[in-house]
Amino acid sequence: MNIIVCLKQILDPDIPGRDFKVDPLAKEAVRGSANLVTNIFCENALETALQCKEKIGAGKITALCFAPESGEDVLRKALAMKADEGVQVLNDGAPNPDPLLVARVLAAAIRKIGTFDVVMVGRESGDWGVGQTGGLLAEELGVPYVGFVDHIEANGSGVKLKRQTDSGFEIIEAQTPLVISITNDEHNVPRVPKTRDVMMSFRQTLTKWSVGDLGVDTSESYYEVAELGIPIKESACEFITGDTLEERVGQLAEKILAVKRAL
Amino acid sequence: MNVVIVFFAKNGFDRAAQGVAGAGRRLANELGIKMQAVIIGAADAALMEATQGVADGVTIADQAELHEYQPELYLSAVTQICQGLAPQAVLLSNDTYSQEMAARLAYRLGGSAAGDVTAIVVSDTHIRAYRSVYGGKAEAVIELKRSPAVLWIRARAFDPAPQHDSTAEVTHAALTLPPAPTRIVERKSEAVSEARLEDAQIIISGGRGLGGPEPFEELKALAALIGAQVAASRAACDSGWCPPTWQVGQTGKKVAPKLYLAIALHGASQHLAGMSDSKMIAAINTDKDAPIFKHCKFGIVEDYRKVLPLLKEKLAAANK
Ligand SMILES: Cc1cc2nc3c(=O)[nH]c(=O)nc-3n(C[C@H](O)[C@H](O)[C@H](O)COP(=O)(O)OP(=O)(O)OC[C@H]3O[C@@H](n4cnc5c(N)ncnc54)[C@H](O)[C@@H]3O)c2cc1C
Ligand SMILES: Nc1ncnc2c1ncn2[C@@H]1O[C@H](COP(=O)(O)O)[C@@H](O)[C@H]1O
Repeated sequence: MNIIVCLKQILDPDIPGRDFKVDPLAKEAVRGSANLVTNIFCENALETALQCKEKIGAGKITALCFAPESGEDVLRKALAMKADEGVQVLNDGAPNPDPLLVARVLAAAIRKIGTFDVVMVGRESGDWGVGQTGGLLAEELGVPYVGFVDHIEANGSGVKLKRQTDSGFEIIEAQTPLVISITNDEHNVPRVPKTRDVMMSFRQTLTKWSVGDLGVDTSESYYEVAELGIPIKESACEFITGDTLEERVGQLAEKILAVKRAL
Repeated sequence: MNVVIVFFAKNGFDRAAQGVAGAGRRLANELGIKMQAVIIGAADAALMEATQGVADGVTIADQAELHEYQPELYLSAVTQICQGLAPQAVLLSNDTYSQEMAARLAYRLGGSAAGDVTAIVVSDTHIRAYRSVYGGKAEAVIELKRSPAVLWIRARAFDPAPQHDSTAEVTHAALTLPPAPTRIVERKSEAVSEARLEDAQIIISGGRGLGGPEPFEELKALAALIGAQVAASRAACDSGWCPPTWQVGQTGKKVAPKLYLAIALHGASQHLAGMSDSKMIAAINTDKDAPIFKHCKFGIVEDYRKVLPLLKEKLAAANK
């Protein structure tokens, strides 16, 4: 099975709220001293792809990233996790291009990569949380789309997918090629690459294309960020005090019971 | 032009559907246009009546192939119906299927989509959507540049629509559907008997600090004493201590109970994004600087292992 995994580089989503700032004019987060990292759901996707390949014992995994120069780190890490190849489309334009443009760039890169059975994306990105790239990409490529998948296996000439729903899960049989978005579950927690593989990843060559190479029309605007701000929503916590633990828990219980009685 | 609201019959006229109708009605009023409802699937009388009471017109597609959700068929059905309704905006709910469909529907209609929308405004002729970004640390206003604006909304964040006296007319759509290259062959619901987390009045939520699956059993016992439901952080779900359906947060359930009691749960912004609308938040955590306390009405800085047995005793005593 040939799998293309789309990986996005984002500002570390784990930076604490007090260190997080936005530039309201540029309508972007201020990077400050924060790291750039691979979006976690993309790593869940790569992990899902790797497990699928390991189970089948054949196939190729291509990591694809549309980002400025810094995006190389994402691909090196993907190679260290044991993706077979890395392709970067250099973004020398807007730092946060709109979702349709991203989908068009990725679709053009995928066509240039050639044949694929499955394209995987993360369910959403940890920065703008758009959650649309998979669907738009499927439309650009003219293939079906399934969201929120957490497991994939080969099934005859197609694939069998397990995906999460609001109340449980569904099993889906699908023909390939298709696009799927991956969500987290206990089985696709991304592996930590071995030191040796990290070293090896620096010897591999990455394929690099520009948006111009792909001939993508970048003129159309899908949406624009009109405003970006930080909502303030904190309250003063009453820390329950008392002489004994028993007494404190007693107060806690009372407060809980007061809510219950008021229902 | 119309505002179109999309219902999937299986969900009935639940709180989410009511929120969608409410959001749709307000937007239609602001734009000075009508609101059309689209129902996919076999609707029961209650859903039909409620929808006819809130919309100006109803189109239903209920042919056999559409009785159960199938991604490509539902997408095709909604697209075809919308194409006949000249939509300026299409509003969807926040269920899995609506989320899966929104971007593709926008693409097919030549519009633009935005998801997890908490407020909608009109600026000049453009529709703008409010949504939280950066894991709940910031809020953005997104201006949709193409029409229609296809929005899946955080439905419970919107007040229900008023019912009008008249009964909207119903059109039955008979559609030609494409072959389905994907097929849902099995559907499984966990704990069907339980009420939905989104509708819970009290939620007890456990984090990674619980350290294993067993403490979740204790949380369940505690919950049973006060009619609460149990939820979890992503870290706890990813550890396999509880099913993914329990996850609350940016990429989990969005809940707003009267009381949300977070136990051994840090309060990362991505978790807060799913529960900060709760009426009252409380926490048990060993770390007095855990961010969860910044959102709490009250809390205890203590090891949960010491608190739970006593708490259980006291809540049980109150039940007698
Ligand atoms: C794109 C993205 C989306 C995400 N979506 C979600 C989401 O939807 N939902 C979600 O929950 N997370 C989400 N996350 C993850 C989130 O950032 C946090 O990593 C996660 O919520 C942490 O879970 P936790 O609080 O249980 O664990 P931890 O951060 O490990 O916190 C454990 C807490 O337990 C306390 N503790 C430890 N031992 C005890 C004890 N004995 N007694 C009392 N307290 C104790 C500690 O002080 C600590 O505060 C997302 C992350 C990203 C990047
Ligand atoms: N610039 C990008 N490069 C590669 N993949 C991307 C990019 N942007 C989005 N994606 C993919 O789309 C998923 C969802 O992102 P989004 O729609 O932006 O929330 C991500 O998890 C990635 O798999």
